[in-house]
Parts: sequence; structure tokens; C-alpha cells
Amino acid sequence: MAPHGGPMKLRWPWKRREGGLANFTMRGVKIEEERRRGIFTRRVLALGGVQAAAFGFLGYRLYTLQVEEGARYTTLAEENRLSARLLSPPRGRILDRTGHVVAGNRLNWRALLVAEQAADVNATLETFNRIVPLTEAERARVDREIRRRRRFVPTIVREFLTWEEMARIEVNAPDLPGIITDVGTTRIYPEREHLAHMVGYVAPPAERDMDGDPVLALPGVRVGRSGIERHHETVLRGRAGAVQLEVNAVGRVIRELDRREGIPGPDIEISIDTELQKTVRGKIEEGTSVVIMNARNGELLAMASQPSFDPNIFNSGVSGAQWRQWTSNRATPLINKATNGLYAPGSTFKMVVALAALEARVTTIGERVVCPGHYDLGESRFHCHNRSGHGGVDMRTAIKVSCDVYFYEMARRMGINRIAAMGRRFGMGVDLDVELPGTRRGLMPTREWREQQGRPWALGDTVVHGIGQGFYQLTPLSLCTMTARLATGRAVQPHLTRAIGGRPVRGSRPEDWPSLGIPDRDMRLMRDSMWSVVNEGGGTALASRLPGGYGQMAGKTGTTQVRRVSREQRERGFNVRTLPREWRPHALFVAYAPHDNPLYAISVIVEHGTSGSGAAAPLARDLLVDTFNRFRAIPPGPRVAEGRT
Amino acid sequence: MSQVFEKRLLTGDRGSGVLLKLWRIPWVFLLLLCGVAAVGYVALLTAGSGNPDMYATKHALRFGFCVVMVICIGFVDIRIIQKLAWLGYAVALGLLVLVEVRGTVGGGAQRWIDLGPMQLQPSELMKIMLVVALASWFSRASWDRIGNPFFLVPPAIAVLLPVALIFKQPNLGTALITGVLGAVIFWSAGVRWWKFAGAAAAAAIAAPIVYDNLRDYQRQRILTFLNPEADPLGAGYNIIQSKIALGSGGIWGKGFLQGTQGHLNFLPEKQTDFIFTLIAEEFGLVGALVTLALLLGVVAFCFLTAFRSKHQFGRLLAIGLGTNYFLYIFVNVAMVTGSIPVGGVPLPLISHGGSAMLTVMLGFGLLISVHVHRDTEMGATRE
Repeated sequence: MAPHGGPMKLRWPWKRREGGLANFTMRGVKIEEERRRGIFTRRVLALGGVQAAAFGFLGYRLYTLQVEEGARYTTLAEENRLSARLLSPPRGRILDRTGHVVAGNRLNWRALLVAEQAADVNATLETFNRIVPLTEAERARVDREIRRRRRFVPTIVREFLTWEEMARIEVNAPDLPGIITDVGTTRIYPEREHLAHMVGYVAPPAERDMDGDPVLALPGVRVGRSGIERHHETVLRGRAGAVQLEVNAVGRVIRELDRREGIPGPDIEISIDTELQKTVRGKIEEGTSVVIMNARNGELLAMASQPSFDPNIFNSGVSGAQWRQWTSNRATPLINKATNGLYAPGSTFKMVVALAALEARVTTIGERVVCPGHYDLGESRFHCHNRSGHGGVDMRTAIKVSCDVYFYEMARRMGINRIAAMGRRFGMGVDLDVELPGTRRGLMPTREWREQQGRPWALGDTVVHGIGQGFYQLTPLSLCTMTARLATGRAVQPHLTRAIGGRPVRGSRPEDWPSLGIPDRDMRLMRDSMWSVVNEGGGTALASRLPGGYGQMAGKTGTTQVRRVSREQRERGFNVRTLPREWRPHALFVAYAPHDNPLYAISVIVEHGTSGSGAAAPLARDLLVDTFNRFRAIPPGPRVAEGRT
Repeated sequence: MSQVFEKRLLTGDRGSGVLLKLWRIPWVFLLLLCGVAAVGYVALLTAGSGNPDMYATKHALRFGFCVVMVICIGFVDIRIIQKLAWLGYAVALGLLVLVEVRGTVGGGAQRWIDLGPMQLQPSELMKIMLVVALASWFSRASWDRIGNPFFLVPPAIAVLLPVALIFKQPNLGTALITGVLGAVIFWSAGVRWWKFAGAAAAAAIAAPIVYDNLRDYQRQRILTFLNPEADPLGAGYNIIQSKIALGSGGIWGKGFLQGTQGHLNFLPEKQTDFIFTLIAEEFGLVGALVTLALLLGVVAFCFLTAFRSKHQFGRLLAIGLGTNYFLYIFVNVAMVTGSIPVGGVPLPLISHGGSAMLTVMLGFGLLISVHVHRDTEMGATRE
């Protein structure tokens, strides 16, 4: 039991007990040992208690997390793991009345680069550049996007690849690590500028297009910006599908868990006939606009405004230069003058004035007004286009020869507001609800409108408005609508949509449109008068009769001054043909045919065409002949392409 | 029969004790350790997405090596261990200084020493050696002597020196744990409680002074340590994802290899610090509690060994080693459950990584030696 000296060699820091070992007794050691052991036991039991409590705490903590809050954390774990990605549905096509595609979807072959699969991104892009040359700007964009994205997210290197380019990329695939090709869709307008104003165009969505539909956030999605594309945007877009993916912490897709295909946008059939539209566009010059309508139901068959634009350009983004070229062009190619051009109607408005006069009972059908070639009102003198006067004219003759004095008198008798009211009934100066966003309502002036501008309405103003001159601002579309309503006596409205997803929309039957409520006798007189304009000796458009075999056309000429003709000019015997082109009057003609069974209504405005009978009426005649020829092959009435979705 | 056998061996000389020692090796404890390591193997299998080559095989090999080491150490006479206590302390301190110097020279913050297949963190070794040294210091001190404040100065320095070095690494978590470990030995040896209160008060007064004298980047490290949520993409993100993994595990778990948080890499450092989360996600509350029970068993055995030891050195050593392992468990699990804001503490024998396993198993080797030599006479108490 000899004590060990070994372990206690470290005796400092104090040495007073050196040699004190002799004092130990076995008994003393034992007592000391028992005491120490007792303290140790108490202390260690306390320590063990603390550690046991700590284990208890950990167990409790696990219980709270895994049982009490388990459901919440399960949700969070699912949110972590699952990622829903939207599938872009194919956009509905737009078909013309024969089922011909005028806005379709084309496969868009793309080359993408996945940075992490490329050993050297720059080397891959250099090789790509030798196979399919990239512009400096493209290269800069690709570099920028690669730097911004995660390395496994594909970046579009080049879109709209041709078959040949695709083939070259595929052949060289071993030299292009990281390059993958895929196919998406892009909008294509096969008829290019021919239907651009009606069909419209699509472009990448802007902030203001975001209507809460998540589809809009997808890359490559386009939204309609004008025309049918814009009006039926939500229909054409379809409904997005979705894939549910399992992703890891950095967002890489591990596997696809569920896939729900989207609902493609339905096809929309419009009433335009592409062949007729192209024929019309081939015959008109810059500054001319034409609207051809099915007079019975308001379906627009052709609507042309020169010049136009190619909507395909918007698809891949319009360059600044292109945009400047369009917007600086004085002929405004982006604007559809048939719906946005504003003109005074001139003499084409005289039927409306006549009907207003009859309804106001300020005249009778048979009353004759003497036209001496001018009309005096106080100190002012208003001239008839025929300086020598028409003599005594009744209503029918006044329309046939377009006597101004007759209508000056009628306007004076009833006042401007009655004319305006009748004008609105014929679709002028009101919203026509055509499916072309941005269509101008125009202006049908009234006394109140003038007074709102802070100017008094003078009696002289009323007189001038009797012949369709003055403050009127009307679109060719509303003039065509007026003509269709004169031809049918129904309040037909112009429209383009025939069917959505193969189902016809309302408005294709004449009975869908209410009667104008004007006595038949008055309407017959108007139609007879318009017939006489074209088909009777003395009519202003006698030269523009339809050739044999096409029935007879009824119409009305109009010529509207763009500058006021001064008295001096008049006395010097001025001749419009000597004027500079931009000062020459606009030429207007409205017509429907056949006279005895109206099918088609047409309005033609030739800017600076000098005279309605000289420039507009022959063109309208030719176009009506084309329309007849075209629709002899296919019936013009309701015929909806079947079985298309 | 066995008593006779045991008695004969007991009364025998040192040389004839080998069979007794073999007899006394606590095989149940080794079985418990194997159980813990088996949990680690399964967890590392799942951390490697079912591929044992990733972590699990290495883990098993290391553990096998460590078990052999543990048994070998178990045969070493406890008196020799006590004799070498301060030598071991000096070696560990030297290694700590070495990595500090090398870190300064190399410019990097390398905290470990390469031992070929394994790496050794001197700070981990230090904890074991500190326990041995303190146990040795207090083993024969009488009650009166422990009451003498001057007697407590050398062991206090022995604690504070490595704590300061580890703090400077900087590894604040391990520094704190080392300090607590030292305090536990002091406590078990019977140092009066008011002295702990005094030390705590002194630390509270010193802390702001030390903080004021730190450089900005050092302060930043302390702030990040105290509030990991302030770094939402770093430690804060880890804790959030860890809690999601734990919570979504539920009672029964998602199943082996079915844990989404782990396999989709939402869990950071899943094979090391967050290994417990992986177990809890795939095996649920049940798996987590079973694991905790195994770990509790290991700690409890240490306490049991302490009570059965007839000498103070063995008692203090066993308590120190048990507490060392307990602190790993508590800090790690409290960290992954978001209960305390610490980072960088593994779960030894379960986590991937050799350093903690090696040092913890070294400690368990010493514990087995205590167990085997529980009845060895260690000499008398000193006044």
C-alpha cells in the first residue's frame, strides 16, 4: 500500500507539505476518501440530472418540430421540392372566310446553349459562329444572358433557324458541346401586308399587358397588339397547361411528376376574303381606302388602306430604324385609314339629310326647290357645284344631280341637330363596335358640340352641313355602314368575326339586325334616287354603270374640298386640275349592288382624287365587279368553315 | 468459478492481469458504440444517395480501426495513463500552437493536422487531454486542498490556455465547449459553487473589454456566431432548411432514401454537421429518438463507470469523457433543431469525418481503461 510518488511530481506552487506523508494513517485516508466520494456522488448526480434534462429538452424539441409543427414543415418541404412550370398553349389561328389561314403558328427552330454542358462557352460560340454567323449584338446578348443565368438554364443563341442551318448545326453537333436545338412556335402571317390592318400583329407582352394570366410570364409568349389579334387576345391565347417538377436546392429539374396539357386557343374565322382583299389592294393607290361589306349582315369582305405593313416584322422585335421609317412616313402605313381616317362625307351624305328632312316633315317628296346655281343667306352666298343652276328639282332629282341648293334649303329648314340624329342612326359618329381596337368614332357635329367648344352655331354652318361639308369627321367604314343601312333598312353593324372555334357568332343573318324604323316609302325613294345616280341620264355616276351581267348598282358620288375656295378664285374661273395635288378635293363614292337585291355595300375614298364621279365611282364599279366574280365561286352568305378548332 | 478465477488474477501481479482485463472489457459498451456507428453508417449511406462509396464505407473502416484502438488503450494501466496525463496535455497544446503558427504563416485558417487517412483537429484532442490532465490534478487532492484557491490556479490556467488558443483560431463554439468541459471537472472534483459564480462574474466583466479590443473582422465573426439568422444565405438558411427537414419527417419519417430535403440538396453539409437532420427526416421522430437513446446510453455508461471506479482519477476521467461526448450531442442536436445559434459542431461516430471520431474514440479507450482498472489502487489523497 505504498503511496505512489510518480503522479504527483508537480508539487509546486507550494511545497509546505513536503515530507508530510508520514502523517497519513490508513484510517485518515479512508475517511478522506469517503468524504470525497460523497461530494463527488452528489455533484455528479446533479450533473447527470442536468444532462438528462438536456436530453429531455432535445426530445421535446423534436416532438414540437416533428409532431406539433410537422404539417407546416411538410408543406414547406413540398414547396421546396416542387416547382410548377407553365406550358404555353398554342395560340389560336385566324382564318379567312374560306378557311384559309391568315395568322398561323410556325415552328420556330432554336439553338440554345447550356453553359454547364460546354467545356468552354467561348469556344463553343466561336464554332457556332463559323457554322451560323452571329452578329455582334447577338453575341453580346448571349454573353450577357449566360452570365446572368444559372449554368444549367438554356440561353437562346439563335431563333428562327432555317432547315439548312439546323442541318449544319446537327452535323457539327460533336464540335458544339453545350448547344442544343429545340422547337417552339412563332406567329406567322402568310398574307403579310394584305390583311395586316384587320388581323393585327403580336409582340412580346409589356408591363401593361399583364392581366394576371401567368402565361404571359413565359418566355417567347406574344400578345395581340392590334386588330383581331388584340380584340380576341384572351380567346386566342388559350389556357396554360402545367408540369409539376421536382427540383433540387439550386433549381435543377430532377424529374417530372405530373403534366397537364394546356387548352389551345380556338381558331377564329373572320369574314374577310383574302382573294378579294388582294384584288382590292392591287387596284388602289396610296391614300385610297376601300371598305366592302356584306350589306345584309355587316360582314366585312375587304377593307384596304394603302400603304400597309408586314406584321411578321413585329414577331422578332421591330428595329428602331424600321419603326422610324413607319412613323415618319406621311402615308402612315401603320394606320388603317378605313377605320381611322377622318373625312367629311360630302354629297354621299345627302340621302341622310333627305331622310332627316322627310322625318322632320319640312318637305314632301314631291316639293320642288328652284336652284339658280347659288343660295343666298343674308349677306352670304353659297354656290351649287353647277354654276348655272339645276332649275326646279325635287328630292329624287336633287340626289341624282347632287344639287347643293336643294340641300342648303333643307338643312336651313330643319337645323343641324336633326341631321346629326339621322346621321347617328346610320352609324356615323357613333361607336360601331367593330373588332378593330382603335377604330375612330368620328364626329357628327351638333349645335351643342359647337357650343361646348365655346363657339356659336351659325345658320351658315347649318347650310354647309346640308351638303356633307363642314365639321364632319367620318371614317370610310362608317360611310360603308351607312350605305349598307340605306340598302337594307336594317341597323347592320360592321364586323369581322364569323366563328370562334367553329361555332358561328351572332350577326350573320339579316334578321339579327333591327330595322332602322324609317318608312319603307322613304327608303324606297332613297334607293331609287341612288339607282338614278348611276343608271339614269343626268346622274353624276352614269359613266360607272356595272357592265352587263352584273345587275345594276346604286350609289352616290361625293367630292369634298380640302381647302376653302375663295370668291376671287371662283371669279377667276379656277380649275381644280391646276391645283397642287395636296390641295385637290377628296373623291368619294358609296354604292351597293345589285339594286333590286342588295348584297354588297362599298365605300371608296380617294384622297385628292379631285372628283367622286371621276376617281371614286369607276374604282367602286371595278371592285364590285371583282366582288361579284369572286363570290360567284363561293356564296357570300353565312358559310362557316366546319370542324375547325 | 469465475469469482475464483477473477480473484486469482486480481491478487496476481501486473503481468498476469491481461486475462482479467480482457474479462473486464465492457463489451456491452462496445456494442452500444457499434450501434451508434451503425446508425451513422445508415445515415451516411443515405447522405451518399445509397452509394456506400461516398461516405459510409470510409466511416465503417474508420470505426473498425478505432475499435481496435479503443480495446488496445483499454489494456493500458490506468496508473500509466495518469503518469502521462500532463505529457499528453503538453503534446495537445503544442499541436494547438503548431496549427496556430502554421495558420499565421500560411495565411490560411487550417485547423487540422494531416494523419494520412484521417485528419486530427488539435482542438478536439485538446479536450480529451485536458480532461485527463484535470482528472490527474484533482485525483488526490483532499477536500481542504480543493478549498485552497491557490491550488485551483494551475488547473484554471490549464483550461484557459487552450480556450484562448481555440478562440483565436477562431472556433468560438469549440472554445466555449472546452471551457464548459473544464468547469465540469472542477465541479465534479468538488470546487465550491460560489467560485463558479465568481468566475462567471469575472468573465461577464471581461467579455466587453475583450470585445472592445478585438478587430472589426473578429467582432463580425462573433456576431455571426451569436446570430446566424443575420446571414440569411449562410447559417440562417441552413437552420431554416434543417428545421424543414426535421419537421417534414413527422413521426415515422419519409423512409430510407426518400428524404427530399436531403436528396435534393436543400440540406447543407448533410454528411457532417446536419447528419442528425437526415436521420430525423427519413426515419421520423421514432428514428431520432432511438438515435438519441443510443447516445444517451453511451453517456450513461460513462457516468456508471464513474460511480463504479474506486479511485478519484477514474471517476473524474469518466465524468469528463462522458460530458465531452454529451456536449457534442447536445450542441449538435440543439443546433440542427434551431434551439441554439451555433455552427460547426459534428455528431461524433455518426457524422462523416475522422477527427471527431478519432478523438472521441481515444476518450472511450481511456474510459474502458478506467472500467477495466476500476479497482486499481491509485495511492492516497494528499492533504
